[in-house]
Amino acid sequence: MIGGFMGVGTPEQLIDELVRQNKGDLTLIANDTARPGIGIGKLIDARLVKRVTASHIGTNPETQRQMIAGELEVELVPQGTLAEQIRCGGFGLGGVLTPTAVGTLAAEGKRSLEIDGKQFLLELPLKADFALIKAQQCDYYGNLQYRLTAQNFNPVMAMAAATVFVEAEELVPVGCIAPDDVHTPGTLVDYIVKTEVVA
Amino acid sequence: MNAKQLIARRVAREIQPGSLVNLGIGLPTMVAQYVPAEDDVFFQSENGIIGSGGLPDGMENPSLSDAGGGMIGALPGAAAFDSAFSFGLIRGGHLDMTVLGGLQVDSQGRLANWIIPGERVPGMGGAMDLVTNARKVIVAMIHTAKGQAKIVDKLKLPMTSDRRVDLIVTELAVIKPSEQGLILKEVAPGVEVAQVQDLTEANLILADPVTTMALE
Repeated sequence: MIGGFMGVGTPEQLIDELVRQNKGDLTLIANDTARPGIGIGKLIDARLVKRVTASHIGTNPETQRQMIAGELEVELVPQGTLAEQIRCGGFGLGGVLTPTAVGTLAAEGKRSLEIDGKQFLLELPLKADFALIKAQQCDYYGNLQYRLTAQNFNPVMAMAAATVFVEAEELVPVGCIAPDDVHTPGTLVDYIVKTEVVA
Repeated sequence: MNAKQLIARRVAREIQPGSLVNLGIGLPTMVAQYVPAEDDVFFQSENGIIGSGGLPDGMENPSLSDAGGGMIGALPGAAAFDSAFSFGLIRGGHLDMTVLGGLQVDSQGRLANWIIPGERVPGMGGAMDLVTNARKVIVAMIHTAKGQAKIVDKLKLPMTSDRRVDLIVTELAVIKPSEQGLILKEVAPGVEVAQVQDLTEANLILADPVTTMALE
Protein backbone atom coordinates (compact mmCIF):
# COMPACT_ATOMS: atom_id res chain seq x y z
CA MET A 1 0.00 0.00 0.00
CA ILE A 2 1.22 3.46 -0.84
CA GLY A 3 -0.46 6.64 0.35
CA GLY A 4 -1.17 9.69 -1.72
CA PHE A 5 -3.63 11.21 -4.13
CA MET A 6 -2.16 12.08 -7.52
CA GLY A 7 1.22 12.34 -5.86
CA VAL A 8 0.06 14.63 -3.02
CA GLY A 9 0.85 12.86 0.26
CA THR A 10 2.97 10.19 -1.43
CA PRO A 11 6.34 9.21 0.11
CA GLU A 12 8.33 10.25 -2.93
CA GLN A 13 11.77 9.35 -1.60
CA LEU A 14 10.70 5.89 -0.41
CA ILE A 15 9.50 5.27 -3.95
CA ASP A 16 12.82 6.54 -5.34
CA GLU A 17 14.57 3.98 -3.14
CA LEU A 18 12.32 1.12 -4.37
CA VAL A 19 13.22 2.13 -7.91
CA ARG A 20 16.94 2.33 -7.06
CA GLN A 21 16.85 -1.18 -5.53
CA ASN A 22 14.75 -2.43 -8.46
CA LYS A 23 12.18 -4.09 -6.16
CA GLY A 24 9.91 -5.71 -8.72
CA ASP A 25 6.84 -7.95 -8.96
CA LEU A 26 4.95 -5.65 -6.61
CA THR A 27 1.25 -5.97 -5.85
CA LEU A 28 0.16 -2.40 -5.24
CA ILE A 29 -2.86 -0.91 -3.50
CA ALA A 30 -3.18 2.84 -3.93
CA ASN A 31 -5.77 5.42 -4.89
CA ASP A 32 -4.16 6.11 -8.28
CA THR A 33 -0.90 5.80 -10.18
CA ALA A 34 -0.29 9.58 -10.44
CA ARG A 35 1.54 10.62 -13.59
CA PRO A 36 4.65 9.34 -15.34
CA GLY A 37 7.70 10.52 -13.38
CA ILE A 38 5.64 11.49 -10.31
CA GLY A 39 5.01 9.47 -7.15
CA ILE A 40 3.67 5.98 -7.86
CA GLY A 41 4.09 6.77 -11.57
CA LYS A 42 7.83 6.14 -11.09
CA LEU A 43 7.13 2.51 -10.09
CA ILE A 44 4.98 2.10 -13.20
CA ASP A 45 7.67 3.70 -15.40
CA ALA A 46 10.25 1.26 -13.98
CA ARG A 47 7.85 -1.70 -14.56
CA LEU A 48 8.08 -2.80 -10.97
CA VAL A 49 4.34 -3.38 -10.51
CA LYS A 50 2.60 -6.56 -11.67
CA ARG A 51 -0.82 -5.87 -10.20
CA VAL A 52 -2.53 -2.70 -8.98
CA THR A 53 -5.79 -2.07 -7.16
CA ALA A 54 -6.77 1.59 -7.57
CA SER A 55 -9.77 3.85 -8.13
CA HIS A 56 -8.32 5.86 -10.99
CA ILE A 57 -5.56 5.44 -13.57
CA GLY A 58 -6.75 8.08 -16.04
CA THR A 59 -3.90 10.50 -15.40
CA ASN A 60 -1.22 7.94 -16.20
CA PRO A 61 -1.13 6.88 -19.86
CA GLU A 62 1.74 4.47 -19.12
CA THR A 63 -0.45 2.52 -16.64
CA GLN A 64 -3.13 2.24 -19.31
CA ARG A 65 -0.58 1.20 -21.93
CA GLN A 66 0.85 -1.58 -19.73
CA MET A 67 -2.67 -2.72 -18.84
CA ILE A 68 -3.78 -2.94 -22.48
CA ALA A 69 -0.51 -4.71 -23.40
CA GLY A 70 -1.27 -7.29 -20.69
CA GLU A 71 1.88 -6.44 -18.72
CA LEU A 72 0.03 -5.03 -15.72
CA GLU A 73 -3.12 -6.31 -14.06
CA VAL A 74 -5.44 -3.51 -12.94
CA GLU A 75 -8.44 -3.77 -10.64
CA LEU A 76 -10.57 -0.63 -10.46
CA VAL A 77 -12.52 0.01 -7.28
CA PRO A 78 -14.66 3.04 -6.33
CA GLN A 79 -12.61 5.42 -4.22
CA GLY A 80 -14.88 5.36 -1.17
CA THR A 81 -15.02 1.57 -1.34
CA LEU A 82 -11.23 1.34 -1.51
CA ALA A 83 -10.90 3.54 1.57
CA GLU A 84 -13.39 1.34 3.45
CA GLN A 85 -11.75 -1.92 2.35
CA ILE A 86 -8.42 -0.69 3.70
CA ARG A 87 -10.11 0.58 6.86
CA CYS A 88 -11.71 -2.85 7.35
CA GLY A 89 -8.31 -4.49 6.93
CA GLY A 90 -6.78 -2.32 9.61
CA PHE A 91 -9.72 -2.21 12.00
CA GLY A 92 -10.32 -5.95 12.22
CA LEU A 93 -13.63 -5.96 10.37
CA GLY A 94 -14.76 -8.78 8.11
CA GLY A 95 -16.06 -6.40 5.45
CA VAL A 96 -18.33 -3.47 4.84
CA LEU A 97 -21.67 -2.99 3.09
CA THR A 98 -21.88 -0.11 0.64
CA PRO A 99 -24.62 1.03 -1.76
CA THR A 100 -21.93 2.31 -4.14
CA ALA A 101 -21.52 0.38 -7.44
CA VAL A 102 -24.66 -1.78 -7.05
CA GLY A 103 -25.70 -2.94 -10.53
CA THR A 104 -22.50 -1.73 -12.23
CA LEU A 105 -19.49 -3.53 -13.74
CA ALA A 106 -17.65 -2.94 -10.46
CA ALA A 107 -20.17 -5.18 -8.68
CA GLU A 108 -19.27 -8.27 -10.72
CA GLY A 109 -18.39 -11.25 -8.57
CA LYS A 110 -19.38 -9.50 -5.36
CA ARG A 111 -22.06 -10.62 -2.95
CA SER A 112 -25.02 -8.32 -2.49
CA LEU A 113 -27.37 -8.03 0.45
CA GLU A 114 -30.69 -6.31 0.98
CA ILE A 115 -31.04 -4.38 4.21
CA ASP A 116 -34.21 -2.43 5.01
CA GLY A 117 -35.24 -2.72 1.37
CA LYS A 118 -32.00 -1.27 0.00
CA GLN A 119 -29.28 -3.12 -1.94
CA PHE A 120 -25.71 -3.16 -0.67
CA LEU A 121 -22.49 -4.76 -1.88
CA LEU A 122 -20.29 -6.70 0.50
CA GLU A 123 -16.75 -5.37 0.15
CA LEU A 124 -13.99 -7.39 1.75
CA PRO A 125 -11.01 -6.14 3.77
CA LEU A 126 -7.67 -5.28 2.18
CA LYS A 127 -4.35 -5.75 3.99
CA ALA A 128 -0.75 -5.48 2.94
CA ASP A 129 2.72 -6.65 3.95
CA PHE A 130 3.98 -3.07 3.77
CA ALA A 131 2.49 0.40 3.89
CA LEU A 132 4.56 3.31 2.61
CA ILE A 133 3.04 6.50 3.91
CA LYS A 134 3.82 10.20 4.07
CA ALA A 135 3.39 12.61 6.99
CA GLN A 136 4.18 16.24 7.62
CA GLN A 137 5.52 15.84 11.14
CA CYS A 138 6.84 12.76 12.90
CA ASP A 139 8.38 12.50 16.35
CA TYR A 140 10.92 9.87 17.45
CA TYR A 141 8.13 7.55 18.63
CA GLY A 142 6.57 7.74 15.16
CA ASN A 143 3.57 9.85 16.16
CA LEU A 144 2.33 11.43 12.94
CA GLN A 145 0.61 14.56 11.86
CA TYR A 146 -0.54 14.96 8.27
CA ARG A 147 -1.22 18.20 6.45
CA LEU A 148 -4.29 19.30 4.47
CA THR A 149 -5.18 17.02 1.56
CA ALA A 150 -1.86 15.15 1.88
CA GLN A 151 -3.69 13.06 4.52
CA ASN A 152 -5.93 11.08 2.12
CA PHE A 153 -5.25 7.31 2.34
CA ASN A 154 -2.26 7.53 4.70
CA PRO A 155 -4.05 7.12 8.06
CA VAL A 156 -6.06 4.04 7.03
CA MET A 157 -3.03 2.45 5.39
CA ALA A 158 -1.00 2.93 8.58
CA MET A 159 -3.49 0.55 10.23
CA ALA A 160 -3.71 -2.05 7.47
CA ALA A 161 -0.14 -3.24 6.87
CA ALA A 162 2.16 -5.57 8.80
CA THR A 163 5.11 -3.19 8.46
CA VAL A 164 4.71 0.56 8.20
CA PHE A 165 7.32 2.91 6.73
CA VAL A 166 6.74 6.63 7.09
CA GLU A 167 8.49 9.39 5.21
CA ALA A 168 8.12 12.66 7.11
CA GLU A 169 8.86 16.22 6.03
CA GLU A 170 9.85 17.16 9.58
CA LEU A 171 11.32 15.00 12.31
CA VAL A 172 10.68 16.52 15.74
CA PRO A 173 11.50 15.57 19.35
CA VAL A 174 8.97 13.55 21.36
CA GLY A 175 6.45 15.90 22.93
CA CYS A 176 6.48 18.44 20.12
CA ILE A 177 3.24 17.10 18.67
CA ALA A 178 0.48 17.62 21.24
CA PRO A 179 -1.62 14.49 21.96
CA ASP A 180 -4.71 16.10 20.43
CA ASP A 181 -2.79 16.77 17.21
CA VAL A 182 -1.52 13.23 16.64
CA HIS A 183 -3.37 11.71 13.68
CA THR A 184 -1.62 8.33 13.73
CA PRO A 185 -0.15 7.03 17.01
CA GLY A 186 3.53 6.12 16.86
CA THR A 187 3.00 2.51 17.94
CA LEU A 188 1.73 1.79 14.41
CA VAL A 189 4.92 3.01 12.74
CA ASP A 190 7.88 0.66 12.29
CA TYR A 191 10.40 2.74 10.32
CA ILE A 192 10.90 6.49 9.97
CA VAL A 193 12.68 8.21 7.09
CA LYS A 194 13.01 11.96 6.96
CA THR A 195 12.48 13.57 3.59
CA GLU A 196 15.91 14.64 2.42
CA VAL A 197 16.03 18.23 1.30
CA VAL A 198 17.49 18.18 -2.17
CA ALA A 199 19.53 21.31 -2.74
CA MET B 1 -19.96 33.39 -23.37
CA ASN B 2 -18.92 29.98 -24.69
CA ALA B 3 -20.89 26.73 -24.28
CA LYS B 4 -19.09 25.62 -21.13
CA GLN B 5 -19.47 29.00 -19.44
CA LEU B 6 -23.19 28.95 -20.23
CA ILE B 7 -23.56 25.50 -18.65
CA ALA B 8 -21.56 26.53 -15.58
CA ARG B 9 -23.67 29.68 -15.09
CA ARG B 10 -26.92 27.75 -15.34
CA VAL B 11 -25.74 25.05 -12.92
CA ALA B 12 -24.61 27.71 -10.43
CA ARG B 13 -28.25 28.81 -10.14
CA GLU B 14 -29.14 25.38 -8.71
CA ILE B 15 -26.79 25.76 -5.76
CA GLN B 16 -28.44 26.73 -2.49
CA PRO B 17 -26.75 29.20 -0.09
CA GLY B 18 -24.94 27.44 2.74
CA SER B 19 -24.93 24.04 1.04
CA LEU B 20 -22.10 21.52 0.74
CA VAL B 21 -21.23 20.86 -2.90
CA ASN B 22 -18.74 18.63 -4.70
CA LEU B 23 -17.67 19.71 -8.19
CA GLY B 24 -16.16 17.16 -10.58
CA ILE B 25 -13.02 17.70 -12.61
CA GLY B 26 -13.21 19.81 -15.78
CA LEU B 27 -16.36 21.69 -16.73
CA PRO B 28 -18.07 21.25 -13.31
CA THR B 29 -15.14 23.01 -11.62
CA MET B 30 -16.05 26.18 -13.55
CA VAL B 31 -19.39 26.36 -11.68
CA ALA B 32 -17.67 27.79 -8.58
CA GLN B 33 -16.82 31.01 -10.48
CA TYR B 34 -20.52 31.83 -10.80
CA VAL B 35 -21.56 31.19 -7.19
CA PRO B 36 -21.68 34.49 -5.25
CA ALA B 37 -19.25 34.57 -2.32
CA GLU B 38 -22.00 35.90 -0.03
CA ASP B 39 -23.91 32.64 -0.52
CA ASP B 40 -21.43 30.88 1.80
CA VAL B 41 -21.42 27.71 -0.27
CA PHE B 42 -18.95 25.10 0.97
CA PHE B 43 -17.08 23.18 -1.70
CA GLN B 44 -15.87 19.71 -0.90
CA SER B 45 -13.07 17.98 -2.73
CA GLU B 46 -13.18 14.21 -2.20
CA ASN B 47 -9.43 13.98 -1.62
CA GLY B 48 -10.13 15.51 1.77
CA ILE B 49 -11.22 19.10 2.22
CA ILE B 50 -14.28 21.28 2.78
CA GLY B 51 -13.77 24.95 2.07
CA SER B 52 -11.51 24.89 -0.94
CA GLY B 53 -11.60 28.10 -2.91
CA GLY B 54 -9.60 30.83 -4.52
CA LEU B 55 -6.48 30.28 -6.53
CA PRO B 56 -3.24 29.97 -4.60
CA ASP B 57 -1.63 32.67 -6.80
CA GLY B 58 2.01 31.98 -6.10
CA MET B 59 1.18 30.55 -2.66
CA GLU B 60 0.80 26.95 -3.82
CA ASN B 61 1.04 24.47 -0.97
CA PRO B 62 2.33 21.05 -2.11
CA SER B 63 0.00 19.45 0.47
CA LEU B 64 -3.16 21.06 -0.89
CA SER B 65 -4.76 19.97 -4.15
CA ASP B 66 -8.17 19.31 -5.64
CA ALA B 67 -9.46 15.94 -6.82
CA GLY B 68 -7.80 16.49 -10.19
CA GLY B 69 -4.42 17.00 -8.55
CA GLY B 70 -4.47 20.73 -9.30
CA MET B 71 -3.13 23.15 -6.69
CA ILE B 72 -5.91 25.02 -4.88
CA GLY B 73 -6.42 27.43 -2.03
CA ALA B 74 -8.35 26.94 1.21
CA LEU B 75 -10.67 29.60 2.60
CA PRO B 76 -10.80 30.66 6.25
CA GLY B 77 -12.95 28.06 8.00
CA ALA B 78 -11.81 25.17 5.78
CA ALA B 79 -11.51 21.67 7.24
CA ALA B 80 -9.21 18.85 6.10
CA PHE B 81 -9.68 15.11 6.66
CA ASP B 82 -8.71 11.67 5.37
CA SER B 83 -10.28 9.69 2.52
CA ALA B 84 -12.41 7.38 4.70
CA PHE B 85 -14.01 10.40 6.38
CA SER B 86 -14.39 12.22 3.07
CA PHE B 87 -16.38 9.36 1.58
CA GLY B 88 -18.31 9.02 4.81
CA LEU B 89 -19.54 12.55 4.12
CA ILE B 90 -20.54 11.51 0.61
CA ARG B 91 -22.15 8.12 1.39
CA GLY B 92 -23.66 9.29 4.66
CA GLY B 93 -26.00 11.80 3.03
CA HIS B 94 -24.07 14.86 4.22
CA LEU B 95 -23.29 16.12 0.72
CA ASP B 96 -26.08 18.33 -0.64
CA MET B 97 -25.05 18.24 -4.28
CA THR B 98 -22.55 16.95 -6.76
CA VAL B 99 -21.98 18.27 -10.27
CA LEU B 100 -20.32 15.82 -12.66
CA GLY B 101 -19.48 15.55 -16.31
CA GLY B 102 -21.02 12.83 -18.43
CA LEU B 103 -20.34 10.61 -21.43
CA GLN B 104 -23.96 9.46 -21.74
CA VAL B 105 -27.25 9.76 -19.89
CA ASP B 106 -30.19 7.52 -20.82
CA SER B 107 -33.96 7.94 -20.85
CA GLN B 108 -34.13 6.63 -17.28
CA GLY B 109 -31.68 9.31 -16.16
CA ARG B 110 -28.81 6.91 -15.59
CA LEU B 111 -25.30 8.27 -16.06
CA ALA B 112 -22.24 6.72 -17.70
CA ASN B 113 -19.02 8.64 -17.16
CA TRP B 114 -16.17 6.35 -16.12
CA ILE B 115 -15.13 4.03 -18.90
CA ILE B 116 -15.18 3.56 -22.68
CA PRO B 117 -14.38 -0.17 -22.89
CA GLY B 118 -11.44 -0.93 -25.14
CA GLU B 119 -10.74 2.74 -25.71
CA ARG B 120 -10.34 4.73 -22.53
CA VAL B 121 -10.23 3.21 -19.05
CA PRO B 122 -9.63 6.03 -16.59
CA GLY B 123 -11.49 4.40 -13.71
CA MET B 124 -14.37 5.63 -11.61
CA GLY B 125 -12.38 7.49 -8.96
CA GLY B 126 -15.03 8.96 -6.65
CA ALA B 127 -17.79 9.14 -9.29
CA MET B 128 -19.70 5.99 -8.28
CA ASP B 129 -19.81 7.07 -4.63
CA LEU B 130 -20.85 10.60 -5.58
CA VAL B 131 -23.60 9.66 -8.03
CA THR B 132 -25.03 6.91 -5.84
CA ASN B 133 -25.06 8.86 -2.61
CA ALA B 134 -25.11 12.66 -3.03
CA ARG B 135 -28.49 14.16 -2.17
CA LYS B 136 -28.72 15.85 -5.56
CA VAL B 137 -26.81 14.91 -8.72
CA ILE B 138 -26.45 17.33 -11.65
CA VAL B 139 -24.83 16.26 -14.91
CA ALA B 140 -23.13 19.19 -16.65
CA MET B 141 -22.05 18.33 -20.17
CA ILE B 142 -21.88 19.41 -23.79
CA HIS B 143 -25.05 18.14 -25.47
CA THR B 144 -23.36 16.00 -28.15
CA ALA B 145 -19.93 14.47 -28.81
CA LYS B 146 -18.58 14.66 -32.37
CA GLY B 147 -22.14 15.07 -33.62
CA GLN B 148 -23.34 11.97 -31.73
CA ALA B 149 -26.14 12.24 -29.19
CA LYS B 150 -25.02 11.79 -25.58
CA ILE B 151 -28.56 11.75 -24.21
CA VAL B 152 -29.57 8.32 -25.43
CA ASP B 153 -32.46 5.92 -25.18
CA LYS B 154 -30.38 3.17 -23.55
CA LEU B 155 -26.81 3.47 -22.26
CA LYS B 156 -24.23 1.99 -24.60
CA LEU B 157 -21.48 2.54 -22.04
CA PRO B 158 -21.24 0.95 -18.57
CA MET B 159 -23.27 2.95 -16.07
CA THR B 160 -21.77 4.77 -13.10
CA SER B 161 -24.75 4.14 -10.84
CA ASP B 162 -28.29 2.79 -11.12
CA ARG B 163 -29.48 5.98 -9.41
CA ARG B 164 -31.50 8.41 -11.52
CA VAL B 165 -29.69 11.76 -11.72
CA ASP B 166 -31.69 14.85 -10.77
CA LEU B 167 -30.89 17.26 -13.59
CA ILE B 168 -28.99 17.44 -16.90
CA VAL B 169 -27.66 20.84 -17.96
CA THR B 170 -26.19 21.30 -21.45
CA GLU B 171 -25.46 24.34 -23.62
CA LEU B 172 -28.82 23.74 -25.30
CA ALA B 173 -31.20 22.66 -22.58
CA VAL B 174 -32.11 21.81 -19.02
CA ILE B 175 -33.61 18.32 -18.77
CA LYS B 176 -35.17 16.68 -15.73
CA PRO B 177 -35.15 12.88 -15.62
CA SER B 178 -38.31 11.40 -14.10
CA GLU B 179 -40.08 8.07 -13.80
CA GLN B 180 -42.00 8.93 -16.99
CA GLY B 181 -38.85 9.85 -18.90
CA LEU B 182 -36.79 12.93 -19.70
CA ILE B 183 -38.63 16.21 -19.30
CA LEU B 184 -37.37 19.16 -21.35
CA LYS B 185 -37.78 22.10 -19.01
CA GLU B 186 -35.67 24.88 -20.49
CA VAL B 187 -33.91 25.74 -23.71
CA ALA B 188 -30.93 28.09 -23.99
CA PRO B 189 -31.56 31.59 -25.40
CA GLY B 190 -32.03 31.35 -29.18
CA VAL B 191 -32.44 27.56 -29.20
CA GLU B 192 -35.62 25.89 -30.51
CA VAL B 193 -37.25 22.85 -28.89
CA ALA B 194 -37.06 20.94 -32.19
CA GLN B 195 -33.31 21.57 -32.36
CA VAL B 196 -32.83 20.00 -28.93
CA GLN B 197 -34.90 16.93 -29.85
CA ASP B 198 -32.93 16.54 -33.11
CA LEU B 199 -29.68 16.33 -31.16
CA THR B 200 -31.13 14.00 -28.51
CA GLU B 201 -31.61 10.27 -29.14
CA ALA B 202 -33.97 9.73 -26.20
CA ASN B 203 -37.54 10.97 -26.50
CA LEU B 204 -38.11 14.26 -24.66
CA ILE B 205 -41.34 15.06 -22.83
CA LEU B 206 -42.10 18.78 -23.11
CA ALA B 207 -42.70 20.67 -19.90
CA ASP B 208 -45.67 23.00 -19.99
CA PRO B 209 -44.32 25.50 -20.70
CA VAL B 210 -40.72 25.00 -21.84
CA THR B 211 -39.02 28.19 -20.64
CA THR B 212 -35.86 30.00 -21.71
CA MET B 213 -32.84 29.27 -19.58
CA ALA B 214 -32.23 32.05 -17.05
CA LEU B 215 -28.56 32.77 -16.55
CA GLU B 216 -28.45 35.71 -14.14
